[in-house]
Amino acid sequence: MAQNESGALLSVRNLTIHYFTDSGVVQAVNGISFDVQQGETLGLVGETGAGKTTTALGLMQLVPDPPGKIVEGTITFNGRDLTKLDKKELRSYRGREASMIFQDPMTALNPVTTVGEQIAEVVKIHKKVSHAEALKEAAHMLETVGIPAERLGDYPHQFSGGMKQRVVIAIALACNPHLIIADEPTTALDVTIQAQVLELMKKLQQEYKTAMIMITHDLGVVAEVCDKVAIMYAGRIVESGPIEEIYENTKHPYTKGLFDSLPSLNTKVKRLRPIHGLMPDPTDLPPGCPFAPRCPHCTDACSTHMPEPVEVAPGHQVCCVLYEKSADAVQ
Amino acid sequence: MLRYIIRRILVTIPVLIGVTLIIFTLMYFTKGDPARMILGDMATEEEVEELREEMGLNDPFLVRYGNYMLDLFHGDLGDSYVTGLPVTEEIMARLPVTMRLAVYSCALSVIIGIPVGILSAVKQYSILDNVATLLALLGITIPSFWLAMMLILVFSVNLGWLPASGLYGWQYYILPVISISAVSIATITRMTRSSMLEVIRQDYIRTARAKGQTEAKIITKHALKNALIPVITVIGIQFASGMSGAVVNEQIFAIPGIGKMMVDAIKARNYPVVQGGVLIIALLFSILNLIIDLLYAFVDPRIKTQYARKKEKHKPQELAAGGEEVSA
Repeated sequence: MAQNESGALLSVRNLTIHYFTDSGVVQAVNGISFDVQQGETLGLVGETGAGKTTTALGLMQLVPDPPGKIVEGTITFNGRDLTKLDKKELRSYRGREASMIFQDPMTALNPVTTVGEQIAEVVKIHKKVSHAEALKEAAHMLETVGIPAERLGDYPHQFSGGMKQRVVIAIALACNPHLIIADEPTTALDVTIQAQVLELMKKLQQEYKTAMIMITHDLGVVAEVCDKVAIMYAGRIVESGPIEEIYENTKHPYTKGLFDSLPSLNTKVKRLRPIHGLMPDPTDLPPGCPFAPRCPHCTDACSTHMPEPVEVAPGHQVCCVLYEKSADAVQ
Repeated sequence: MLRYIIRRILVTIPVLIGVTLIIFTLMYFTKGDPARMILGDMATEEEVEELREEMGLNDPFLVRYGNYMLDLFHGDLGDSYVTGLPVTEEIMARLPVTMRLAVYSCALSVIIGIPVGILSAVKQYSILDNVATLLALLGITIPSFWLAMMLILVFSVNLGWLPASGLYGWQYYILPVISISAVSIATITRMTRSSMLEVIRQDYIRTARAKGQTEAKIITKHALKNALIPVITVIGIQFASGMSGAVVNEQIFAIPGIGKMMVDAIKARNYPVVQGGVLIIALLFSILNLIIDLLYAFVDPRIKTQYARKKEKHKPQELAAGGEEVSA
């Protein structure tokens, strides 16, 4: 995976984030590595509690501290290691070079400030402009996300959920960042609005040539917008690769399980096949592969050591004992 | 908005009528004879009886209450039994003193309570936070009258820095204001702290951080306005309790305000003054509540929209329609 290190916009290596709480150390993210190229969209997929949001906050350097801490690893963005930036440098990174779209648009906007002011704020922080100019820019951004500029003076409660998410997108795009981290941007929205918002994000991403990390648990969303996908489980990336590879040449038992639990129109099945069991407790992870307790192909080796990533096809990596063996056999 | 204000003012009328009924009934059943108090121990039984008849004290309850209410609707609170002056005049002479005490105390509580509360929340579990929390706990638990006496003991008797009683200049306000505001400072500090702690964990604060905003501006621009909404209610309640705290403190510091006037009037069975005093305090409470509610609308646009909605019912529909039609 390191082959693109020099050219990548964002390159994460061995990122480990833990929350130190009274009831134990929550191992939210455990040594994940991935790259994002300029203009590329990476899907980060996993169920609730897989560490997706923590990863996103880590990339923004916004992990709540205390109790959260980046224990290990580097996040290299445009050649700079984010974990080594001081407060001032971080502030100029946030919002201008990378920005984040949050999960719940209902709570992501300040209820007592007009949306115009909230968009103008980010413009004013990063560009040396007057308040009036910032507001003009905000009006332009509103139009860009499909909201009439007259609504600049309205408050968040006067907008519907989908409209609020458009405002959040406008804030994220206002300073034309290189990277957008979208943390489940459509989860809180109706299906019809979801499609609209995704469409808008895709369009704007292409227009602004922005790279994007799309965090979601919805494989349909991934198929629609992503170029690459990384499947997360219990704070690790268990499988990653180009989207066609993952969808057509699924390797990891967990990814297979995810696809099996999706309803399909083409093949009629009596019952969907859920993955049995629950994700392991992040304060008490099993020593080997974290998926072993739920895995239908579990062997003795699974519970003793954590498998290393194996490249099964160009760019397609899997962390599973099954493929580790076959790779050994080939060698 | 204007309709809302008018409606709120109209609602206070039944409240005030209720207050007159309760206080009138209480005074009716209170032991002691005003006529005897006025004439003194030397007067004969006949003289007292004559005065009672003249003052209408022998009339049945409903007649007396009816007469009182009739006068009240003409703006007449009656005359003081002791001085013979109209009660309105007596109140107006003393009200400014009490109001000043309450306003100063409230201002002091806000000036100290809100910043300390904010700092406490922002630096949660720091030494400052722990000290502030401890002092706030003390402020709430120490009774006002005890604190007043301790203040007199330390600053007037022992150190001789400040006057203990009377009201002849600004320095006479210091001890009473501290004594009255101790509870409010503590309450406002605690309320601001907890409200602020809740707000700074909200998603929109994280959004502001993700924008690259500085911590100081996040607190002043985003957190404070949201955190102050519940604090405003508490300030209102504290202002009101500052007025009742004035009753005790005016007595201790011998300050000629409404509180002292009422305590003296109760002792002298000076019914009109007691009733007038209670009524004026109830009126002030109502006005204060109205101001607080209006302040809400000023701070929280969600409430303002609600008021506006009552006025022009077509507007929200337009907004909703306009909101959903737009698409990418």
